[in-house]
Amino acid sequence: MTALQDRAATKKAAHRQRTRLSPWIVVVVGAVIVVALTYTLPPFRTYQLATVGAYLCVTAGLTVLTGLNGQLSLGHGALMATGAYTLALWQNKFNLLPVGILVAILVTTAVGAVIGLAAARLRGPYLAGLTLAVAVVVPSITSTFDETFNSDQGLSVMLNPPPESMTNEQWQAWLCWGGALLTVLVLALLTRGRFGRDMKAVRDDETAARLAGISVARTQVAAFVVSAACAGLAGALFAVIAQSVSPGAFPLTLSLFLLMAIVIGGLGRLSGALIGAVLLVALPAVAHEIGEAAGSQRLEGNLALTFFGVVLVVVMLAAPGGLASLRIPFKKKGH
Amino acid sequence: MKRTATVLAAVLLAAAGCSNSGGGGSSGSADTPGVTDTEIVVGTHMPLTGPAAAGYSKIAPATKAYFDYVNANGGVHGRKITYKIMDDGYNPANTQQVVRQLVLQDKVFAILNGLGTPTHSGVLDFLKTNRVPDLFVASGSRSWNQPDKYPGTFGFNPDYTVEGKILATHVKETYAGKKVCFLGQDDDFGRDSLAGIEKVLGPVAAKQSYVTSNPNVGPQIGALKAAACQVVVLATVPGFTALSIGTAAKIGFKPQFVVSNVGSDPATLAKTLGAAAPLLEGVVAANYLPLANDSANPWIQLYTKVNKEYNNGAELDNNVVYGMSVAYLFVQALQSAGKDLTRDGIIEAVKKGGFTGPGLVPVRYSAGDHSGYGGEQLTTIEGGVAKYFGKPYRTDDGDGAVEVYEAAAVAPPANGIPAA
Repeated sequence: MTALQDRAATKKAAHRQRTRLSPWIVVVVGAVIVVALTYTLPPFRTYQLATVGAYLCVTAGLTVLTGLNGQLSLGHGALMATGAYTLALWQNKFNLLPVGILVAILVTTAVGAVIGLAAARLRGPYLAGLTLAVAVVVPSITSTFDETFNSDQGLSVMLNPPPESMTNEQWQAWLCWGGALLTVLVLALLTRGRFGRDMKAVRDDETAARLAGISVARTQVAAFVVSAACAGLAGALFAVIAQSVSPGAFPLTLSLFLLMAIVIGGLGRLSGALIGAVLLVALPAVAHEIGEAAGSQRLEGNLALTFFGVVLVVVMLAAPGGLASLRIPFKKKGH
Repeated sequence: MKRTATVLAAVLLAAAGCSNSGGGGSSGSADTPGVTDTEIVVGTHMPLTGPAAAGYSKIAPATKAYFDYVNANGGVHGRKITYKIMDDGYNPANTQQVVRQLVLQDKVFAILNGLGTPTHSGVLDFLKTNRVPDLFVASGSRSWNQPDKYPGTFGFNPDYTVEGKILATHVKETYAGKKVCFLGQDDDFGRDSLAGIEKVLGPVAAKQSYVTSNPNVGPQIGALKAAACQVVVLATVPGFTALSIGTAAKIGFKPQFVVSNVGSDPATLAKTLGAAAPLLEGVVAANYLPLANDSANPWIQLYTKVNKEYNNGAELDNNVVYGMSVAYLFVQALQSAGKDLTRDGIIEAVKKGGFTGPGLVPVRYSAGDHSGYGGEQLTTIEGGVAKYFGKPYRTDDGDGAVEVYEAAAVAPPANGIPAA
C-alpha cells in the first residue's frame, strides 16, 4: 500500500467519523419505518417484526458487553427469564403493563448486578462457566419453587386486549420496537461517551486502563448491569408476545443462539445486533421451509442449529468482523 | 452510523420483500379462512423432536394418513383435507410461533389436536381472539372444558380427573387394604390426576412429582420404596413411565404399577425399556380406544389398511390408533357441519355432539361440556401385549359416581368414512 493510499484511507476514516449519523435521527427514522411496516406487512410478518424488536433489546445489550467490554456471557437467556417471570408475576397480580415492564427491568438489573460483581472477578473460561451455570439453573428454580413458578408448565400472562384501533400484532410490534429503539438510543449515547471509551480501554488492556485511572471492576460491573437491564426488557417483551412464560422458552440454546447472532452480526456494533436479531427470527423459519420441502418434519427441530453453525463458519471465514462489517461498494474501484 | 442506516434499510427491505409470500388461499366459499370449494386446510402443533417426541411424533402423521384416505375417496362434501403439521418440540415458546404461522400466514380453518398442556395453554387466548376453532386438543387438562371462556376449544382425551377416578376405583376394588402411592408430572396433568384419585381413595400414602427437564426419578422412586408403597399410580408421559418402572426394578422395589393412559402405550414403553421390557408384565393401565394389537377389532382392521396404504406402513401402535381416531372424529364433525362450511358452523356441529366412533364410551360434547371422552376401560399387559378386562367405566370430573357403561361398541361404516 502506498503512502498516498494510506493517507486517503485515513482521510476517509476521518470523514466517516465526522458524518456519523446522530442516534436520535436513526431512532426516529427507525420508528417511522417500523410504523409504516406495521401497516403494510401481513399479520404474521408483523408478529415476526415484533419478535425481531424483542430480540434486538437483548442482542444490543449483549453486543455492548461482549464486543466493547470483552466480557463473555452465556447467561443472558437466564436474565431474559428473570425479566419474563417478573412481568408474568406482576401482571397476574396487578395487571398494569407499563409498570410491570419497568419492574421487570429493575429486578433483572439487580440480578445482573449480583452476577456482574462475580463476573468482574473472573476471566475468560471461568466467566463463561459462571454464566453458563446461571443459564442451566433456571429450570431447577422453577421446579423447586413450583408454587410460585408452576414448574415446567410455566405461567400464563394476563394481558388487556390492545386498543381497538389496532390489531394485536401491530400493538406487539409497536411495543417491542418502542423498547428496542429506546434500548438502541440509550446504548448508542452511552457507548459514545466516556463510558464507551472506558469499556474499550478495559477490553484492550486492563493494566493500561488502570494506569489511566479507569476503575476496571466498576466498568465491568456497569457494563454487565446495563446489558442485564436490556435482557430484562427483552424477557418482559417476550412474555407479552407469548402471553406465557415457561423454562422451556429460555433454554441454554437460547443463550448460545444470542451469542452466535451477535458474532455473526458483528461484535460491538449496534447494526450487528440488528442483523443478529433478524437472523434469530429468520434462520429457524428458513430451516422450517427446508424441512418441509425435504418432506421430513422431524428434521426441522435440529436443522435450525445446524444452520446457525454453518452460517457462523461461513461468515467468520468471509467477513471476520461479522455481517455489519461488510460494505456495499458505492464507488467503482480504481480510476 | 451510515452503515447502520444502510443495514437497517436493507433488512427492512428484505422483510418487506418476504411479505408477498404471506397470504394465499383465503378467498374461500363464504369467506371462511382455509376453506375453498375443493380444499380445507387445518393445522396442528406436535412435538416431532425433543424430549416428548417418543411415541407422540407418530400421532400427526397417522391423522394425515387417514385424511389422505378420505381424500382419495372423494373428500368431505367434495373438499380435500390438507393437514399442516408443525413441530414445536414441546416448547411453549415455539408453539406460539408455529400456531401464529398456521393461523396468520397459512390461514388454516382450524387447529386440530394441538398436543400438550403447557404448550397448548399458551395459545388458547390467541386462538380465541382470532376466532379459530380449536378442536380436540391432545391432552386431558380440564382447561379445554371452559365453554364460557373459550367457546371454540374442545378436548379429546378423557380428562385426567375422570381417569384418576376410574383408576382409583379399580385400585379400591382390587387392592383393598394396600398402601397406595402416587407419582405424577408437576403440572395440571399430575395435579388433576391426583385430584381424581383422592376423590375416590382419600389421601394417598405418599406422593411424588417429577419435571420432564430432569430425567432422573431416582429420589422419587426411592421415597416411594421407603414409604413401603404396594400400589403406585403413575401420571407420567411414556418416557417417564419407562424410567419409573426401570428405576424401581433397579432398586429392588416391586409395587403394582397402575398407569395413566397418557404414558401407557406398550409399544413405546417396550422400545424405551429395550431388554428390560419384561418388567412391563402385569402393569395395569386404562384406554378408551381400540387397542392396536387387537387385530379382530373392525376399527383396527380399518386403521391397518389405512396405515399400510397412506402411512408408509409405520408400526401400528396406540399412537397411530389415536391419530386416526382424531381424524375420524374431525371428519364426522365436518360431515355434520354440512356443505356450507364456516368456523361457527363446525363449532355448532361439535356442540351438538352425538358422535359414535371407535371410542369405548361416547364423547361428551354438548353446549355446556367441551371435554372429550367420558370414560375408560382398564387394560393389563400379559405376554408383552395389552388386553382389556372388565367393562368400560364412565364418570365426570366432579363428584359423580363411577359407573359401568353397558352399550356395545359401534362398528365402522363399510367404506371406513363416516357419513353425513
